[in-house]
Amino acid sequence: MLSCKEVNRLCSEEHDRPLSLSEKINLRMHLAICRACTNFRQQMKFLRTATRRYREGQRGPADD
Amino acid sequence: MNDSAAGRIDWNDPSIARIRRDMLRFAQLQLRDAGAAEDMVQEALFSAMKYEASFAGRSALKTWMFSILRNKIVDHIRKSSREIAGADLVDGSAEGGDDFDALFDQRGHWNPEDRPPTWADPESSLSQQQFWDVFDACLNRLPAKTSRVFMMREFLDLETDEICAELGISTSNCWVILHRARAGLRLCLDRDWFGREGAAC
Repeated sequence: MLSCKEVNRLCSEEHDRPLSLSEKINLRMHLAICRACTNFRQQMKFLRTATRRYREGQRGPADD
Repeated sequence: MNDSAAGRIDWNDPSIARIRRDMLRFAQLQLRDAGAAEDMVQEALFSAMKYEASFAGRSALKTWMFSILRNKIVDHIRKSSREIAGADLVDGSAEGGDDFDALFDQRGHWNPEDRPPTWADPESSLSQQQFWDVFDACLNRLPAKTSRVFMMREFLDLETDEICAELGISTSNCWVILHRARAGLRLCLDRDWFGREGAAC
């Protein structure tokens, strides 16, 4: 079973490289029983959404 | 002013000044160098004027101008990144290490008080100006070198392989630095914007 710390690392790295099958399975098993890491993963995804928005200049209320 | 016909952008429209101001803020955040940021924005505006015929009007004018600016910044970073020693980056990344390790117990589980809580409706934050002010402040709080790698990955959309090659660091180091950047940003947003509610593990 992966520790929360290891899961944190995978939740970041999945944005930079494809995870292996065993990493995906282990991640899914951990997330099924850990609310804190599930939140962490969603927050990593939210950061990606926010940076995408930012880099297109769509920062803040729509103004054009 | 967002005339869909190519080559008919009114460069004197007040909206251009607003876009320019946002471009400047973006460039300053990327480069942490006011002079270089000003140069990049100037170059991007010249390019936009020169190639306005290629603006198809399918995307928003602002999005198009930001994509030109991003390309200018990427070029600038490619030219200047060799000045940053890879060793410095590696050392810099090790600095924040203890902070994040302190969130976990010896077995690598979250300390009860450090468990990430649920963020209430984060999507709605994206349309609030105050959120972006906090976001900027959090980005600026990242160590400079960590921030540089994060910016290259997330804002300039470079692949990790290219970032490593540009900065002369290993791929796994790059992943470690990106993880630190994201974890630092998450912690800062949690503390300064979303507040804390606590979550069960």
